[in-house]
Amino acid sequence: MSITLTDVQKDYSDKVQIGPVTTEIQSGGVTALVGPNGAGKSTILTMIGRLLDIDTGTITVAGQDVVNSPSKAIAKILSVLRQENHFVTRLTVRQLVGFGRFPHSRGRLTIGDEKYISEAIDFLNLTDLENRYLDQLSGGQRQRAYVAMVLAQNTDYVLLDEPLNNLDMQHAVQMMKQLRRAADELGRTIVIVLHDINFAAHYSDKILAMKDGKVVKHGTPAEIMQNEVLTEIFNTEVNVIDGPKGPLAVYY
Amino acid sequence: MFKTADTTQQQRHSGPITDRKHMRRYVLIMTILGALAVGLTFGVMTWDNPAETGSRPWWLIVGMRRDSLITIAVVAVCHAVATVAFQTAVNNRILTPGIMGFGSLYTVIQTTAVFLLGVGGATALVGVGPFLLQMAAMVVLATILYTWLLSGRFSNIHIMLLVGVVIGGVLGSLSNFMQRMLTPSEFDVLTARLFGNISNARADYLPYAIPIVLVVVALLWFRANTLNVIALGRTTAQNLGVAYKRELIIIMALVSLLVATATALVGPMMFLGFLAATLAYQFGDTYSHRLLFPMAVLFGYTILTASYFVLRHIWDAGGAVTVIVELIGGLVFLIVLLRKGRL
Repeated sequence: MSITLTDVQKDYSDKVQIGPVTTEIQSGGVTALVGPNGAGKSTILTMIGRLLDIDTGTITVAGQDVVNSPSKAIAKILSVLRQENHFVTRLTVRQLVGFGRFPHSRGRLTIGDEKYISEAIDFLNLTDLENRYLDQLSGGQRQRAYVAMVLAQNTDYVLLDEPLNNLDMQHAVQMMKQLRRAADELGRTIVIVLHDINFAAHYSDKILAMKDGKVVKHGTPAEIMQNEVLTEIFNTEVNVIDGPKGPLAVYY
Repeated sequence: MFKTADTTQQQRHSGPITDRKHMRRYVLIMTILGALAVGLTFGVMTWDNPAETGSRPWWLIVGMRRDSLITIAVVAVCHAVATVAFQTAVNNRILTPGIMGFGSLYTVIQTTAVFLLGVGGATALVGVGPFLLQMAAMVVLATILYTWLLSGRFSNIHIMLLVGVVIGGVLGSLSNFMQRMLTPSEFDVLTARLFGNISNARADYLPYAIPIVLVVVALLWFRANTLNVIALGRTTAQNLGVAYKRELIIIMALVSLLVATATALVGPMMFLGFLAATLAYQFGDTYSHRLLFPMAVLFGYTILTASYFVLRHIWDAGGAVTVIVELIGGLVFLIVLLRKGRL
């Protein structure tokens, strides 16, 4: 049980090409996708989440081909959240999270569904806000509501595209801790695109480093957090020092 | 203390109606609209009937007015349901199927008929066969246009709007060109057909229009839960397992059928659907299409019947009904656009 990519490729133009990528993301824990801008992290993530068509190659999640399997079936094992979310409908937090149950309930929420919804809301500390409308929330709270929706979907695999974008220090840390708990306590496999290598090193079990559309390194944070490895990935001189909570990359 | 006790006691639920207050408001508005609709229907049928109440001529006049009211109902259902579904599919509450060039398409078909066949052309387009043909042409063209615009590279609101406006412009000048070469009498016949006009509608179309509309509305009703998800946008809908492209094509085909039916019945109307849908979002305040559709339909019917009543029975200007509705609708459209400040 894992996510496997075989010769996956996406051609944006003759010059811009992502892949071919062949790799395997183990089930369980948090895997972070890191790399410079334009390395293809989001492209790979959205292709795994079948939001973007694959040009060549295959991707399987828990043994199921994401392109050829019915989208309905995939929605029960994999959920994916993109950065920008804009709704024309006015929704409360609870209604939004309720939509996460759609793959299971097809819109008819049962008592069992309500239980999952409540759990997801409580898990992300949104209990007091559940009847607020999304447009009345701050950016961080809204981001949490979206994550609650994909958790309510109750899928083994959760893909998140830069969930820390636009979050301040406090909310970014909170979000990572909650995702960590979702992996540890709920047994979810979380794949996440991150920009901050220090966040990736501290909160994830595996780091998948990409550059120029290819996977350049895939390993534990300890293997990635090396001066020469990071310098090569990010095209910037990086020094790794011992911080109070593990290795710390200094690049400024 | 009390507050926590209260929240734990209160049932936590996620339905489209948030709380009891919301429920009461929805029911109240639907009741008022329903009463207004019934009252206006009754008013239109009986007001200022010259014959003696209950006599045979009285009933004849009521029967004629009933046909107009059925037409109004069909048109209201078409525009209201089509607009709500369309706005959900394009994920935008400003665009309407009318803005995307439906009216110009109708104009071109009508003008071409008169241009090629003369005054006889206008009459050639009367009858059940031509009615259905005209509808089919509009459905095919609109479905192709919308799905092409919504899928792939062009899935961008601004491009779509631009293409819609340009197509409208191209078709418009094509009609204009042909109209220049008509004789005055041909032009006169054509103009009468081009204005949306409830008295234009012929009762013999209704037996064909009504089943089509009922089937299409039923199909959309069964898709309501999927529509709720599609309203969340492409990526969220795909994440939740909706076969987005397929659903989009289906919805667009159904929307085209509804708008084509309404247009073939009474001519183009741009803003009736917009008016009904905007009011339904405002007063319904819910994501559920099963709650939005009926409210939008009632708004559409009430608005159309009210203007029909006022214009026909009070000012004696029955032909201008759709013109007035469009005027009000257009104004509301501008106000909403200016208040929102974006597309």
